[in-house]
Amino acid sequence: MEQATATGTFPIERVRAQFPLLEREVNGVPVAYLDSGASSERVLASIEAVADYERRHHSNVHRGSHTLSAEATAAYEGARDIVARHIGAGDRREVIFVRNATEALNLVARAWGDANVGAGDRIVITEMEHHSNLVPWQQLAERVGAEIDWAPVDERGLLDLDALRGLLERGPKLLAVAHVSNVLGTENPLAAISAMAHEAGAIVVADGAQAAPKLPLDVAALGVDFYAITGHKLYAPTGIGALWGKLDLLRAMPPFLGGGSMIRKVSREGTTYADVPARFEAGTPAIAQAIGMGAALEWLDDELGMEAVRNHERAIADYTLARLAEVPGLTVFGPPRGPERLGPVSFEIDGIHAHDVSEILDRHGVAVRAGHHCAQVLMERLGIAATARASFGVYTTPAEIDRLVDGLEDARRVFGL
Amino acid sequence: MDELYRDQILEHYKRPHNFGVVEDADLEYEDTNPFCGDEQHVTIKLDADDRVTEVAFEGKGCAISTASTSLLTDELVGKTREELLRLPKEYVLELLGIDISATRMKCAMLGLKIVKSAALGQPAEWEDEGEAGNPAEAATL
Repeated sequence: MEQATATGTFPIERVRAQFPLLEREVNGVPVAYLDSGASSERVLASIEAVADYERRHHSNVHRGSHTLSAEATAAYEGARDIVARHIGAGDRREVIFVRNATEALNLVARAWGDANVGAGDRIVITEMEHHSNLVPWQQLAERVGAEIDWAPVDERGLLDLDALRGLLERGPKLLAVAHVSNVLGTENPLAAISAMAHEAGAIVVADGAQAAPKLPLDVAALGVDFYAITGHKLYAPTGIGALWGKLDLLRAMPPFLGGGSMIRKVSREGTTYADVPARFEAGTPAIAQAIGMGAALEWLDDELGMEAVRNHERAIADYTLARLAEVPGLTVFGPPRGPERLGPVSFEIDGIHAHDVSEILDRHGVAVRAGHHCAQVLMERLGIAATARASFGVYTTPAEIDRLVDGLEDARRVFGL
Repeated sequence: MDELYRDQILEHYKRPHNFGVVEDADLEYEDTNPFCGDEQHVTIKLDADDRVTEVAFEGKGCAISTASTSLLTDELVGKTREELLRLPKEYVLELLGIDISATRMKCAMLGLKIVKSAALGQPAEWEDEGEAGNPAEAATL
């Protein structure tokens, strides 16, 4: 059955049937999982791909010449091909498997940053960055004596591009920018931002953790230099993510971690390193998780298509903003309904702290996140300590948003508002 | 009636007792709940015998953290600095009088942790919200 209301002709029932967890009840009712921005639920194709590797093919990659190792290697490297295709990488060697987006960004900060950023150099970070694309740059700045400039967010929750242009005129080495904000749901105009940064001589390190589950991606068209994604927000397992980087930049970077797999030749005198991506994948990788990530992306790309996924995300964000506007005393943080507005939708209600909002919603089986969302610089900019946040996945329905609104009405009742 | 958000809790949340700052405080500490960013600042005045004569707190927080610190600070006048250090978490839980789930324990214990840190003059050791203090003393301190 297709759903023709808020989300067009998206095959929502067919999609939901692929997520076993959605059968789960919480507090006596089916869970309305509105926390996919923290971690999305797992698609059956990915769960089964992991189980198949564990049951039938488990062995190490790039090691033995035996059949199982060859199968494991083919599946692991096949996952790399799928990730490359999903993000529009021109060359599969540009995809490095890591634990998560945080590790991807730390890898860039350590390997590229330590080699290219020095005392007195400038780094631009936007105020809407998740701590994962913020703390590594602060650490880099402390290590080498670089200076940080903060690109401001305006009153609507959009990046102030004029102010950013002004900061770029100071000649920073790099710009750290989220593709989609994990708090505001803003889609930043990454291609235009990259062009501005490159004109100023800065490289662009983009955090795609929130964008990759929602948008068709083409890293070449976006013009960025590095792009970080994480599997567990893409219907795949935890413990796996990917860093995409331009081949020439990656090849010029020294290794981040040393160990097995990343070497060409080791002797007592020293070691020469393997080419990318192996140079950055020291030790036995998260083989099962990479295979699970590949299967999830293949499902997204082949069964749904990312254009349809984007349209669904926009429709749900739009519907949520419309419904939340009906709740008295509720303030939404982030841009109004419009083309650059995706999920998540963060909000606060006068007189009820976000923790209490989420506690009461949980009684209704509605799962949202409450807190600072690992974006304390942005929270300070907004002048708040915490928000409640509803975030969406391919399985989110308008009926679940209705349950969110009903739960908020109950929270107001409990607090005597 | 709502078990967690009973009237007493909501009353302390909406109109917290001892809210503000003690002038010329002898002890003070500020801390946050790193999971949500909630913060509280506690100031305490002592007399010559090291007993609390005045206590106040300020900050932003949820119903549970605000009510628990409001309730806790109501009980501190007359206690010695050394007694503050011995307060077990059960002391706060009994004041709250409600079941606190594992997910809300950090909220409930934020004020106690800050009071102890203030008494100690440095961050109080705090393992799993359990922290030092003898549960048996909850009723006597």
